[in-house]
Amino acid sequence: MSDTYDTPDTRDMLDRTRQGVIGKGLDRPEGPLKVAGTATYAAEYARPGCAEGVLVGAAISKGRVTAIHRDAVMAMPGVLGVYSSERMLRRAAQGTAGEAPEQDVSTVDFPMQPVALVVAETFEQATAAAKALRIDYDDQSDDARFMPSDDNAEPADDPVEAGDLDRALREAAHVVDAQFTTPGHASAAMEPHAAIAEWEGRDLTLWGSLQMLSFNVAELADSLGIDPKHVRILSPYVGGGFGSKLGISHEAVAAALAAQDLGRPVRVVMSRQQVFQSIMRRSETEQRIRLGCGPDGRLTAFAHEALVSNLPGEDFSEPVTQASEFLYAGENRLLAVRKSDITRLTAGSVRAPGEAVGMQALEVAMDELAEAAGIDPVELRKRNLPDAVPGEGTPYSSRRLVQALDAGAAAFGWDQRSATPCARREGEWWIGHGVASAARVNILAKAEARVTLTADGHVVVETDHTDIGTGSYAVLGQIAAEMLGQPIDRTTVQLGDSRLPSGAGSGGSWGASSTGSAAFRACEAIRATLAQAVGCSADDLLLQDGKAWAEGVDPRPVTDLLTEDLTRTGRIEPGDLMEKVNQSTYGAFFCEVAVNAFTGETRIRRMTGAFGFGRVLNAKTARSQCLGGMVWGIGSALTEALQFDSRDGHLVNHDLAEYHVPVHADIPPMEVILLEERDPHASPIQAKGVGELGICGAAGAVANAIYNACGVRLRDFPMTPDRLLAHLPDPFAPAA
Amino acid sequence: MKAFDYTRADDLSQAVGSPAMLIAGGTNLLDLMKLEVATPDALLDINRIGLRDIAREGAGLRIGALVSNSDCAAHPRIRADWPLLSRAILAGASPQLRNKATMGGNLCQRTRCGYFMDGHSPCNKREPGTGCAAQGGVNRNHAILGASDACIATYPGDMAVALSALRATVETEGPDGVREIAMRDFHRLPKDDPSRDNVLKPGEVITAIRLPAPFGGRQLYRKVRDRASYAFALVSVAAAIRMDAGRIDAAQLAFGSIAHKPWTDERVEKMLVGERPSAALFDKAADLLLEDAQGQGDNDFKILLTRRTLAAALAEATGE
Ligand SMILES: Cc1cc2nc3c(=O)[nH]c(=O)nc-3n(C[C@H](O)[C@H](O)[C@H](O)COP(=O)(O)OP(=O)(O)OC[C@H]3O[C@@H](n4cnc5c(N)ncnc54)[C@H](O)[C@@H]3O)c2cc1C
Ligand code: SF4
Repeated sequence: MSDTYDTPDTRDMLDRTRQGVIGKGLDRPEGPLKVAGTATYAAEYARPGCAEGVLVGAAISKGRVTAIHRDAVMAMPGVLGVYSSERMLRRAAQGTAGEAPEQDVSTVDFPMQPVALVVAETFEQATAAAKALRIDYDDQSDDARFMPSDDNAEPADDPVEAGDLDRALREAAHVVDAQFTTPGHASAAMEPHAAIAEWEGRDLTLWGSLQMLSFNVAELADSLGIDPKHVRILSPYVGGGFGSKLGISHEAVAAALAAQDLGRPVRVVMSRQQVFQSIMRRSETEQRIRLGCGPDGRLTAFAHEALVSNLPGEDFSEPVTQASEFLYAGENRLLAVRKSDITRLTAGSVRAPGEAVGMQALEVAMDELAEAAGIDPVELRKRNLPDAVPGEGTPYSSRRLVQALDAGAAAFGWDQRSATPCARREGEWWIGHGVASAARVNILAKAEARVTLTADGHVVVETDHTDIGTGSYAVLGQIAAEMLGQPIDRTTVQLGDSRLPSGAGSGGSWGASSTGSAAFRACEAIRATLAQAVGCSADDLLLQDGKAWAEGVDPRPVTDLLTEDLTRTGRIEPGDLMEKVNQSTYGAFFCEVAVNAFTGETRIRRMTGAFGFGRVLNAKTARSQCLGGMVWGIGSALTEALQFDSRDGHLVNHDLAEYHVPVHADIPPMEVILLEERDPHASPIQAKGVGELGICGAAGAVANAIYNACGVRLRDFPMTPDRLLAHLPDPFAPAA
Repeated sequence: MKAFDYTRADDLSQAVGSPAMLIAGGTNLLDLMKLEVATPDALLDINRIGLRDIAREGAGLRIGALVSNSDCAAHPRIRADWPLLSRAILAGASPQLRNKATMGGNLCQRTRCGYFMDGHSPCNKREPGTGCAAQGGVNRNHAILGASDACIATYPGDMAVALSALRATVETEGPDGVREIAMRDFHRLPKDDPSRDNVLKPGEVITAIRLPAPFGGRQLYRKVRDRASYAFALVSVAAAIRMDAGRIDAAQLAFGSIAHKPWTDERVEKMLVGERPSAALFDKAADLLLEDAQGQGDNDFKILLTRRTLAAALAEATGE
């Protein structure tokens, strides 16, 4: 079998196996360790002789370090070293970079960029010394631009253009032309970035909090100028990443350099503030969306343009229009993203890059079009699902958008919604309802996994894939147990060690389907061997509860067939299926909000999401991903915004007290509907990704519900009370 | 965090006049020490000096300075007779924090100005004479009343706003003896010395909070915030209103997060008395209250928000 996946696997293999664990909402095997506090995270390894390092952030926004007054600090109690070198990282690596990002901390690219590392015997000593370290700068902040603007922007990609947009807009029966803004977002994972580095001769071991180990090994080795074979990264548990740990960042390289110099292990843990200030942000966006449709609501014109930002020299630009490429009809099109170079920390992939902010604006524009055309917003969306990707002609693999809209609408009770705003008032609160579609690209990534069926009938899955809190351990175990017909409690999954076969890594929602497919293929190879032993074809082999048999052959314990451990490695690589057939994930959100008529506070009262993303591998972890995504959407709609000081580009709200993610009281009971779907184009296990889908459009449903509640159409996120307040109707006027 | 000496006081006398920084629940002080915004050389732990009683005192109540916020909010008499106080406390922070936080520490909590908290920007409150980065910067949570050229920060807490409306007093003991300070005079405006949040003198310890006889009427605390919990107020209104035959008989009001102190305005309280509640009356009250209100850019919205929150609070407190 070729590694490349270029023929859809339509065998429905996982529907024919008999163990019955695939898709089940099983608990995560590592869950008890996590709730008991005994899962070991990067900073928690006790390495004998470990010294403590603290990073020092630049006091200027842009310029050069001209002197570091080491001596005074070296004389302080416990201080072992002060490091500032050309190998230390100036910026974190972008996802899947696989090479060193910008190095050399004598240059300052953005405010609070790490410029030095102070190492001491204790964390307190290192912190005190880091605070005392005097650094001289050549301050070039006057040349810096801190605010994004179109006049210093360049196209991020070739725009998508088709037909005659202006004419289509002129001739449309209904037109929407609206400007949106979304602010910068933080990744804000629970576990801050941390590393312990330890050398043994030329070999480096790094305990880190990272999402994609094979890339991270390459990035770290390149940063240090050593061969990747001398680098081992361990990251068995990761306390959330959300994109911020796709690539290596400052602490890893700094720890490795200091550990090498001192000849003892060094730990560097970033403070919450440092994580906010120096790792990665989601770019703010300015978006203009123009839609034109005929009297029947069918789109003829579709334009989505965006302005985003990044540091000069960074290639990454928030792919705002990614879902706009395939989601809706409109033969006359323009999709364009421009990137402005500014002096703020690096912009990179934050959970659902592109769709997270693009979809929430698009779905508000669609709501506006529905109103202009006098068509129910659910119906308008259904009328605009093209048969093939507009402008490309590519067919779709599976698309459960209509089903999601219908199932969601039924569960939510959409038919009870008033089409006109300000129709329902309960005490001080306006009540309203909104809908939005969900859409997100799906990606299959290269992956490798090793599976062993031991002679005593245990299943072991091994890969350097990571579990960032999503359920990789659970899902990979279920795939292997299902394929090899073993109970789940005889299945062990080992992850997060770069010495193991290279999984896809956790990013872009591709982990479970890609690494899962590699494990699936390893299991297929084991099944082939077992089939020989049973004397049947692999197709006819039946496995369940540790027994193997075939039609006409009596069941025997698998262990009777094995004389030794059976180990196989499975591999998958994306082929051209991704280009030939558009494989995306879809869903729909329905939301009820209450808007305070006096103060403009918005509270979510209930929310329903329905999603189709191929085969559900574990109903519980999939639901959790959808739920978490919807919570992110609520944050994006109502509270989350990085606040940068326009005078020097520094981040003012750099912790979780002031950067407001939703808290429990913000999240009412939420309903998640998982739709049955198989997508053989996406992967041999017919699964797609689900880690990001739940965000993509969710904030649009909230915004549309706010409009429906109180008649205020906001286009700037987040929709905090200050933005609503001035536009609210007279709170004392009786409801219409 | 900078190294510091730590001592535990056994009784009040050891705390009074001590040059060390007092630590009670530590929920504010420790955060500021970790950020090196507060860098005391010495801490004096006052958790074992008593002052944990809530006791009847005439028609009123005396609440020891070290009573926890949770215990105070849950106290049956306070819930029955001064419900405004319970409600304001429960509107703040989280259960875990309220279990640790004390009455005295709560009054002394410091501003949430982002430039004060970052430990490095110019800030007259943190480092007198360095300037005020919030002016012209990100100042969404800053003051609209009583600010000065030196500082535009707000007092962020909830409990003191209720205590101001209730006309409570703060009992202290210092090297010069015991004194009783009206809650409404306890916090000060920044003027040209924003480093001082309140009128406590060096070595002076808060020993108790005194509640006067129950006010009765309807009491409510309206806290407007970006998220439903675990956020400081954008604006808050503490209102205690007594009605008589459809007219306002007495009104006690205080406003949070709009000034360097819980804001009170006796003119507004007086003008309401004898009036029939109406949207027009609430507007007139807001006109008077906000006569001198001044936005700083990001926080301009607070002027309208205060007006609206006052209207909502008055409508609810005077309604059927
Ligand atoms: C995440 C978070 C959210 C919060 N949200 C809110 C909120 O929504 N609303 C709100 O009102 N508050 C909020 N708070 C603040 C909280 O109410 C205060 O931290 C708490 O009340 C302080 O009490 P403490 O006993 O812990 O004080 P400490 O931290 O021990 O002390 C604070 C200050 O008071 C001084 N002090 C303490 N006791 C005395 C005394 N008896 N005499 C003289 N000086 C004294 C100390 O020297 C110190 O300067 C929040 C805090 C956190 C960390
Ligand atoms: S407003 Fe006050 S606390 Fe904030 S920076 Fe200015 S002086 Fe400091």
